[in-house]
Amino acid sequence: MNLTLKIWRQKGPSAAGSFEEHKVHAEEDMSFLEMLDVLNEQLVHEKKEPVAFEHDCREGICGTCNMVINGHPHGPQRGTTTCQLHMRHYNDGDTIVIEPFRASSFPVIKDLVIDRSAFDNIIQAGGYISVNTGQAPDGNAIPVEKQDASQAFDAATCIGCGACVAACPNGSAMLFTSAKVSHLALLPQGEVENGKRVYDMVNQMDKEGFGRCSNITACEAECPKEISVDNIARMNRLYVKSVFAGTQGNEKN
Amino acid sequence: MWITRFLTSSIGQKWVMSLTGLFLITFLIVHLLGNLAIFAGDNGQAFNVYADFMVHNPLIKAVSFGLYAFILIHAIQGILIAIQNRKAGGKAYAKKDTQGSWASKNMALLGILVLAFLFIHMGDFWFKAKFGGDNAIAAVNYGNGDIKDLYSQVAISFSKLWIVIAYLIGLLALAFHLLHGFQSAFQTLGLNHSKYNPIIRGIGIAYGILVPLGFAALPVYVYFQQTT
Repeated sequence: MNLTLKIWRQKGPSAAGSFEEHKVHAEEDMSFLEMLDVLNEQLVHEKKEPVAFEHDCREGICGTCNMVINGHPHGPQRGTTTCQLHMRHYNDGDTIVIEPFRASSFPVIKDLVIDRSAFDNIIQAGGYISVNTGQAPDGNAIPVEKQDASQAFDAATCIGCGACVAACPNGSAMLFTSAKVSHLALLPQGEVENGKRVYDMVNQMDKEGFGRCSNITACEAECPKEISVDNIARMNRLYVKSVFAGTQGNEKN
Repeated sequence: MWITRFLTSSIGQKWVMSLTGLFLITFLIVHLLGNLAIFAGDNGQAFNVYADFMVHNPLIKAVSFGLYAFILIHAIQGILIAIQNRKAGGKAYAKKDTQGSWASKNMALLGILVLAFLFIHMGDFWFKAKFGGDNAIAAVNYGNGDIKDLYSQVAISFSKLWIVIAYLIGLLALAFHLLHGFQSAFQTLGLNHSKYNPIIRGIGIAYGILVPLGFAALPVYVYFQQTT
């Protein structure tokens, strides 16, 4: 199939950037990223700069192949990343608009590559549990209820790609942060530090300049891992509890 | 201080919106039930007596100051959040198909429309009754001394077609604001459970349709009562 790509080109973080049009020939069994590989081969052949886009695992678990395809982060298919999107969903002659994730906390580094350090900072603020290193503990030593385990696991499937922020008109990172809060909060290993964790992570999220949640739920609809906004409600509860119960850490009372 | 830190945090700001919003939602139903007295068809006697009771009841008076404060807080905080969110959203997409309901994406616009409507509404009745002086609104006597004939003001206002239309537009905006705001308030407070979500959503939709519809019936009724 022959496609027209309207693709965002931006030389660097402070460059203005604009759309560039390219014709590309793709096969329907190619993945979306393979189609972009074809484009880049073509550009290299023409002695032009290839399009910078991030990719790593190409199996939907690393969360790097971030781009907005025809108005949808990770493309129109629900519950998948860009690398899991195949060209069979497109028709000969289609025009595809490809843009980077846009949010003021995710500055563009080049073309489609964005800087998601803000997410790393949120994780560093509290997205962990404090344990001593040593031998791996017995997996069955601490019993966990099936329901809690399932909910924690659902939250833990978040790959931190940032599609939630890209989908949100407010550039809010509530879905990401709440998933990272929830998957630890629901388990006994994480529960002990719940108050401090949620408090520090939410405050870091605010510091990074992410927007306020309006419960639009576009994040949930676009999330490649289908993380539920139930996690946001849980984070709200935990945050308020930590503030009013004074469990956000001694130095902040 | 911890409380100011909480109130300026993202979740704290949303809690302020949620709690003030829920108070205003509660106010709406009280306001509507009282105003239904206009339908009594007794040339406004029931309505005037009700209005007089509300004005002179000290409890209602106290609550009304809370109401003014909550309207202001809800409006100012809402506008501040909208400005902040616009900035956080970053550069606009060339092509964007944002998921989610229309109302949820336009809460600030709907809120500003409701606020504009509120200015018209309060300027018409509340301001005239409170600060209009003794002659702004005629007096009427039903046997217990003179009380303000607020109904005559209602009749004058709702005899003008443009006011009736302005009310209907304002109430339409309110309906959409409520359709998202009602259930959103619960989600923000963390009151979310797969068992109860459909109930909250259902009540929210019923409320968001029925309450504005009830309010809309008043100007339409008074308008047609006078023109026919």
